[in-house]
Amino acid sequence: MATRIWLEQLQELIDRGAQVVEVLPEDDYAPAHLPGAVNLPLRELDERHAAVLDRTRPVVVYCWDSL
Amino acid sequence: MPGKVDWLAHNLPVEGERPDAPIAGRVMRDDAVLCRPTDRIADVHESIERSPYPFALITSDDRTLLGRAPSSALDPASDRPVWDVAKPGPKTFRPHVSADKVARVLAEKGLRWAIVTTPEGRVLGVASREDLVRAGDPV
Repeated sequence: MATRIWLEQLQELIDRGAQVVEVLPEDDYAPAHLPGAVNLPLRELDERHAAVLDRTRPVVVYCWDSL
Repeated sequence: MPGKVDWLAHNLPVEGERPDAPIAGRVMRDDAVLCRPTDRIADVHESIERSPYPFALITSDDRTLLGRAPSSALDPASDRPVWDVAKPGPKTFRPHVSADKVARVLAEKGLRWAIVTTPEGRVLGVASREDLVRAGDPV
């Protein structure tokens, strides 16, 4: 189930083992991204790419203006 | 909703190829005089005299920027509230904007100082045009 969160909740989720995913293109991800975030660009996102994620842990997905 | 831009704008830590890129949030200093709208002009003037800046930033209790009080407008003997002489709604910048860009905008507008705030308008700090130019952007 997807839920929108605020910055304050992000740290709490990370502390609980959440995986952080930036869905922006590589060019946006490479210069600077949230600590520990992996890059799964939305345009390339499919089951194969998403397989790097651990299904048993929460996943926080972000883009430029949404968490 | 918050996203990456808000993370950067809050000057939170980042990783990547250019985590230390010269952005406003890394050039700014957090030593400007902050005061409340009801503070006495004389008190604010005295605080500015001891600060490196020729102005004070007028904020609410949560550091939300309301206006700017230039020292030139402050009578050192006045008991009136500083809001009476405030310049409301000063130009602000987000911390993730490149130092180069902020310096350019300041030059275009004839400004010497950049007030850096979060997207919600809370004061993070102040960057001088000289420091922004010095930091530059190698890319």
